[in-house]
Amino acid sequence: MLQGTGLAAFRGERLVFRDLDFAVAGGGALLLTGPNGSGKSTLLRLLAGLLRPAAGRLTWDGADALADLPAHARRVAYVGHQDAVKPALTVAENLRFAARLSGGSVGAALAAVGLEGLADLPARMLSAGQRRRSALARLALSQAPLWLLDEPTLGLDATSVERFGTMLLAHRANNGMAIAATHLPLPIGDIAELALPLNTPPPLAGGGRGKGAVVTARPPPPDPLPQGEGE
Amino acid sequence: MSTFLAVLARELRLSLRHGADTLAALLFFLLTAALFPLAIGPAPETLGRIAPGIVWVCALLAALLPLDRLFGADFEDGSLDQLLLCGLPPGAIALAKAMAHWLVTGLPLLIAAAPLAVMLRMSDPALPALLAGLLPGTMLLSLLGTAGAAIVLGARRGGVLLPLLVLPLATPVLIFGVAAADAASGGLSSHPHLLLLAALLAAALPLCPLAAGAGLRSAAE
Repeated sequence: MLQGTGLAAFRGERLVFRDLDFAVAGGGALLLTGPNGSGKSTLLRLLAGLLRPAAGRLTWDGADALADLPAHARRVAYVGHQDAVKPALTVAENLRFAARLSGGSVGAALAAVGLEGLADLPARMLSAGQRRRSALARLALSQAPLWLLDEPTLGLDATSVERFGTMLLAHRANNGMAIAATHLPLPIGDIAELALPLNTPPPLAGGGRGKGAVVTARPPPPDPLPQGEGE
Repeated sequence: MSTFLAVLARELRLSLRHGADTLAALLFFLLTAALFPLAIGPAPETLGRIAPGIVWVCALLAALLPLDRLFGADFEDGSLDQLLLCGLPPGAIALAKAMAHWLVTGLPLLIAAAPLAVMLRMSDPALPALLAGLLPGTMLLSLLGTAGAAIVLGARRGGVLLPLLVLPLATPVLIFGVAAADAASGGLSSHPHLLLLAALLAAALPLCPLAAGAGLRSAAE
């Protein structure tokens, strides 16, 4: 259970959001929506522990999540809007580092995003969509219960979006959580929404609480998963 | 520990793939040092007298060359975020980076320094002292350089700022390193200077990764 209470964050000198409350339970998913510049990416970086909150509390199962950052990092798989793919390495080599951390198999992860045929190609030869897919393959390797996704399906074709949906559903069926910021529809069934308003900076004094959204994301109903993706 | 080795292995693999960048520091070292006999004349007594200084200054400058990309490339393509989320404290990531920098830059410089010193007519007793000084010396340069590179990360004109930050910090290394070789060629013991270098290394080993780790965290924000 990941819970944020009264979160606020600055980007440089600008307060991008404040008084943000939300909760995601195991198996739950949360979609961050809002106009450009409303702080979706900032919130994801905050949740990953890369950015310190200016105010508020982030708890994991009731305990302060950001007190021990390396421990929090092991709970998190983060796909930022940059792909973090090294052009000089092959597709498989790019994943080997993630595989050594989690102990998963690179081949299976590449198969999950449909890149198994390109494993030995240098990543500089990949198209933008293929590079995105190799970034998503890191998720398939990760054992982390919390997925933080910044525009995960940007540049993907329809088949790849569907494959990614399968990965997400399997992750949620495994009691994993996902928090995604995207403007494109995600094919993963029910998902709670957290709308971030564009913050045109008001004076800090006297704002009061209750402006932020309150959202609770619950696990999906138990029935709907097809049991086909085990292999 | 296995995560630390994974970070180190990743760095080494990347350095091998960017072979030109890796070799650039070594070639810069050899070429700049080779300019000195051309500029000040090949008289053995003059050259041999200043050879330790030449080798040390050139090694110091060559070690600075790859620092700009040490974290820069990872910062730009998002890999730094992934490294910070690998479950290691940022100081350990910086230490792995410093070790990789030493293995691909410091160690080759140390090895190339021996033939270079002979070429510059350094006196026979000074050569072992020079190399013994360069061993902790290049490690120190890697550690100081890593800290500097992490601190200027994300700053505008960071590449210009970096030498201005690292060079003053590296002056004690230069002073004791050259003094060790000079003492040996004058028939004195180089021991005290080498011990001082080792003391500097003992201080830098915990402090520089900590400073670099703090720099990485604030760059990621």
